Amino acid sequence: MPRKKIELFPHKVVRLTNVVSEVFTLSMERKFDFVPGQVVALAINNEHDPRLYSIASGTGEDVLTILFDIIDGGFLTPQLVQLKPGDEVYISEPFGKFIPGDEDMWWLATGTGIAPFISMVKSGIKLPEKLIHGSRTLDHFLFQELFHDKLGEKYLRFCTAEESPEVYSGRMTEWLKEQSGLPKEIKYYLCGNPNMVVEVRDLILSKGVDFNNIMAEIYF
Amino acid sequence: MMVKEVLFGKTLEELKQVAKDLGFPGFVAKQLADWLYKKKVTGIDEMLNISKKNRDILKEKYDLGLSAYNKVQESIDGTKKYLFKTISDQYIEAAYIPSENRNTLCVSSQVGCKMGCLFCMTGKQGFQKNLSAGEILNQMVSIDENDKLTNLVYMGMGEPMDNLDEVLKSLEIITSEWGFAWSPRRINVSTIGVVPAMRRFIEESECHLAISMHSPLNDQRKELMPIENVYPIEDVIQTLREYDFGRQRRISFEYIMFEGVNDSKEHALEIAKLINGLHSRVNLIKFHPIPNSPLKGSSNEVMERFKNVLENKGIITTIRKSRGEDIYAACGLLSTKKLVENKSNKDY
Ligand SMILES: Cc1cc2nc3c(=O)[nH]c(=O)nc-3n(C[C@H](O)[C@H](O)[C@H](O)COP(=O)(O)OP(=O)(O)OC[C@H]3O[C@@H](n4cnc5c(N)ncnc54)[C@H](O)[C@@H]3O)c2cc1C
Ligand code: SF4
Repeated sequence: MPRKKIELFPHKVVRLTNVVSEVFTLSMERKFDFVPGQVVALAINNEHDPRLYSIASGTGEDVLTILFDIIDGGFLTPQLVQLKPGDEVYISEPFGKFIPGDEDMWWLATGTGIAPFISMVKSGIKLPEKLIHGSRTLDHFLFQELFHDKLGEKYLRFCTAEESPEVYSGRMTEWLKEQSGLPKEIKYYLCGNPNMVVEVRDLILSKGVDFNNIMAEIYF
Repeated sequence: MMVKEVLFGKTLEELKQVAKDLGFPGFVAKQLADWLYKKKVTGIDEMLNISKKNRDILKEKYDLGLSAYNKVQESIDGTKKYLFKTISDQYIEAAYIPSENRNTLCVSSQVGCKMGCLFCMTGKQGFQKNLSAGEILNQMVSIDENDKLTNLVYMGMGEPMDNLDEVLKSLEIITSEWGFAWSPRRINVSTIGVVPAMRRFIEESECHLAISMHSPLNDQRKELMPIENVYPIEDVIQTLREYDFGRQRRISFEYIMFEGVNDSKEHALEIAKLINGLHSRVNLIKFHPIPNSPLKGSSNEVMERFKNVLENKGIITTIRKSRGEDIYAACGLLSTKKLVENKSNKDY
């Protein structure tokens, strides 16, 4: 008996865009409604186990876009970059509950963990008091024009390996440590790789923020 | 220097391939399995019914892959915590828990964990690597009490469903006739409910399954366990309802009790509603506060009351005795964080 799996639906690829070096966006035809912050399960056929991706497009767009990086030795991502417009991929209905309400917020991300926040900004939901993005290099502040344009001073970039006058040099965790206090009545939304999420969450907790106010989406 | 492949942890199918690749007769695979898993040799030269010539060929490409523990600590209650170094120089822990009628080993499946549960020491160390089947089994065969073991639980470091290929391989070796020939009913594998992998586990293994619930309420479970965002507990339970587990295979729900957080009567009633009609039991676990944790454990009285509410709803409920707390071997306390090398190429 074949194993039961999440139901996937064929979707045509609209375009594949190389954002920077190993980072791409993949846009597909749009068949379902979604809420910013949700994910889809995606596969290139109906055989293998799908992988999860945050939706990185706005609710008003007629395509559904994901943002991903090629994982060395990975199964799916090296194949995604071979896709051409008109090819079919298989995706699930959107799901997931990393969904902000209308409270005041800080958003924190590294790498492609910025994806749900792209969707949130593009969909016009309430903007955060701060968006903090960490990257090793200056060219990996993905979608920085969008965030700069919409958030201005509230958009903080932390670059760990390069310097520029526009961004903080060093680690976001060091900056967080140096803050004498963090706002306690707001919600913190953390998204990205597990090690970042647990380290940043611990730091925020150590500043007296209640765990009820911290939401985390982990790209496991 | 060529890094040799490891024999220990290979399934019979894989050993057949090894024999084929080396030009050995087919029956050598079964002999290898016998030496590895029944006679538990500590060196290839001890495999006496394999010719000297073939042993030499084997040794050129393969190591046995067993490693002794690095350190052991013993608790006042007899629980022992073993520290192992993996082949890739990382550290894991396993906890041996003797009791009156059973001797249980709690093994790790990963170095660290990706799942980031708020109350867990392993989660706090982040993720370093998946263990191979051999590294999982090594915890079992390399402890002093190997011969006394009666039960095995995959509840140490890591989320077993996030390393399912290797976990299933290790289970195949433990439960096969050609392997350790254990009954799957002596093995319990835990998960926080990674639904697609959990489905595969249910379908491909016969072992018991323990689901870490910790809250029946979606919004609250999200704060404790990020997995809830994508695989909410009601979906996990709905998935379980799709299968027939028979009378022998056990489903249990693990529930760590946090003072003032998830220990109210309403929570108990909500659990009863959620698992209503599902043949299962609930294990209530005392929380062992971890350093800098915002959570505290519920008192014994509150746990008893909670248990009564569940039992009144017809749910078999136990309060799990705390073991090995003084040596940080108790549930959720395993961590090798201080032994993790700090890599400097972080992006955060
Ligand atoms: C809720 C959720 C949302 C996600 N959203 C996104 C997203 O928006 N964009 C995105 O790019 N990814 C996202 N991911 C990760 C994604 O699902 C895949 O794991 C990833 O794209 C790798 O797939 P793969 O098939 O290429 O590699 P696999 O064959 O699955 O993995 C190969 C190996 O690489 C490791 N690996 C996987 N991911 C990484 C990584 N990021 N860095 C280093 N090693 C890794 C794996 O542990 C494995 O050992 C998300 C994951 C989850 C759980
Ligand atoms: S409780 Fe289990 S799944 Fe959660 S972080 Fe700890 S080891 Fe990982």
